[in-house]
Amino acid sequence: MDEARIARRGLSPRLWLAGGWLLLALLAAIFAPLVAPQDPLAQDLMLERLPPFWLDGAEPGYWLGTDSLGRDLLSRLIFGGRIAFIVAFAAATSACLLGSALGLIAGYFGGWADRIISRIVDVWMAFPPVLFAILLVAVLGTGLSSVILAIAIIDWTRFCRVIRAEAMSQARMDYVESARIAGYGRIGIMLREVLPNVLPSVVALLSLEMGIAVIVEAILSFVNLSISTDDPTWGGIIAEGRLSIHQAWWVLVFPLITLILTVLSFSQFGEALKARFDPVLR
Amino acid sequence: MLLQRFLVRLLTMLVTLFGVAVVVFVVIRVAPGDPIAMMLPPGASNDDIARLRALYGLDKSIVQQFFIWLGGVLHGDFGTSISLRQDVLGLVFNRLPATLELATVALLMAIAIGATAAILGARSRGTVVEAGIDIASGATLSIPDFLWGLVLILLFGVLVPVFDISGRVSPQLDLPFVTQFYLVESILRLRFDLTWDLLKHMLMPAVALALPLAAIIAQLLKQSLKEVLDLDYVVLARVKGFSETQVILREALKNAALPTLTLVGVQFTFLIGGTVIVERLFSYEGLGNMAIDAVINRDLPLIQGIVLVFALLFVLINLAVDMMYALLNPRLRHG
Repeated sequence: MDEARIARRGLSPRLWLAGGWLLLALLAAIFAPLVAPQDPLAQDLMLERLPPFWLDGAEPGYWLGTDSLGRDLLSRLIFGGRIAFIVAFAAATSACLLGSALGLIAGYFGGWADRIISRIVDVWMAFPPVLFAILLVAVLGTGLSSVILAIAIIDWTRFCRVIRAEAMSQARMDYVESARIAGYGRIGIMLREVLPNVLPSVVALLSLEMGIAVIVEAILSFVNLSISTDDPTWGGIIAEGRLSIHQAWWVLVFPLITLILTVLSFSQFGEALKARFDPVLR
Repeated sequence: MLLQRFLVRLLTMLVTLFGVAVVVFVVIRVAPGDPIAMMLPPGASNDDIARLRALYGLDKSIVQQFFIWLGGVLHGDFGTSISLRQDVLGLVFNRLPATLELATVALLMAIAIGATAAILGARSRGTVVEAGIDIASGATLSIPDFLWGLVLILLFGVLVPVFDISGRVSPQLDLPFVTQFYLVESILRLRFDLTWDLLKHMLMPAVALALPLAAIIAQLLKQSLKEVLDLDYVVLARVKGFSETQVILREALKNAALPTLTLVGVQFTFLIGGTVIVERLFSYEGLGNMAIDAVINRDLPLIQGIVLVFALLFVLINLAVDMMYALLNPRLRHG
């Protein structure tokens, strides 16, 4: 009881902070050409490794400093956000649709469908996810759609496992039985009765998955396997920062802070949504 | 009963491994780009290409290739690495100990940190301390090992450079080891100077891997402890005059640990999966680091071998956890 109250009291500011950061980052990414102070690709060797604005030697207009090629860090982070959010939304939604559909089928119909799907999930769980992602992108070729596809192919199991368990417990409930007696077909019951009841879990997982997708994209671009063009990505900036860590710490620090805030926000947002929908906590 | 459970699990495990082999094979064979073309200098004759294709068995049908390869694997023949031109199994076994040592140290750290936080939280339940532990573990949990690794590099590699953030051991050291289990061997040989050097290299990547798992352990174990602490026998122990810490350590922990134990087993496989990128981050010479190089070099046999070894490891850990659970859980033991 106490915990439920604490969870509810903590819910509001948490939701606002997380949502606020995500909205800010998203808007900056959408309007990147208008918001970014510099061209993210413009190199200027006269301006290499400028420190952030509060340190000696900073240049006006280059708020967070520059990297070893003289490119503006803030502008690169803002443009990198575009890739991050596209991957987050597209990959998480794809993984969600695939995993939820299979989970719903396995949990509600049971029997052979469940056995086959569960076996596939077992096989998938035996792969180290990061290695699997790197392997898939290497095979599919670098590029935005490969990254999205790879994440969806790997992470659908997260949705499948949770939705399968939920659908299973829902399928045993009285209301499903009454719907059947009332003459609804099995697929009709699954979509009309069971699906709405597992939806809260789906939404919470979706938010978590977006954070995971952002990280996977960063890891892929860190090992130089994400999108192949010169477009800035958060992971790519981190890789540069890791190399010049002793000369220009800011090139690693700012993308790291951006990533941590984004991932924390997605997970807190998901937790808050779950707490809001969960009838026990409500 | 127990034996039957074991045999069923063993069978499932073999099916899973077969599935893994099929998936890896299918994924790799749809890869565009010809590994043979990459091995040869430009201008190589068609005869040379054909000879190499035959040498690596790439001229047969996909299904044939799969069963040739699977038959080899079952005999311990994982093929030859295309980029390193060495036996794959030898390469994998050469690197696996480094990864196992790192993962084990990380696991022990996760258990130590997580259990301490859980006991502290359960002891001071309902206070600010517990709320603090909840917030800290919630945030720690949400940040993945990759980001923890970068934070640690900044804090202890640059800001306060006390730990090594690159490699497995200092390169100038003379190593007397005959196995690749450097850490174990350095302890057995009583060469604690080397143990210290290895630990100094291992600490940062291990902490990065341990933190998310420690947070999960802290949350779950604390929850179980709190439930157990309300039970009659614990109340009785308290009435007998044991202090709260004593009650937790002597009475509650044993009974609260089972759910955590199961979870730790599953999470340990996630931790091992995390070594791939964390090793890369810290230039630690383990299996994961080699795997990324293999992918970048399109070294198909090596990738297959590494992924299979990882999968085997995961499945074995799950089997071990399942058996341990069955042995420790009285309901299953006598059921």
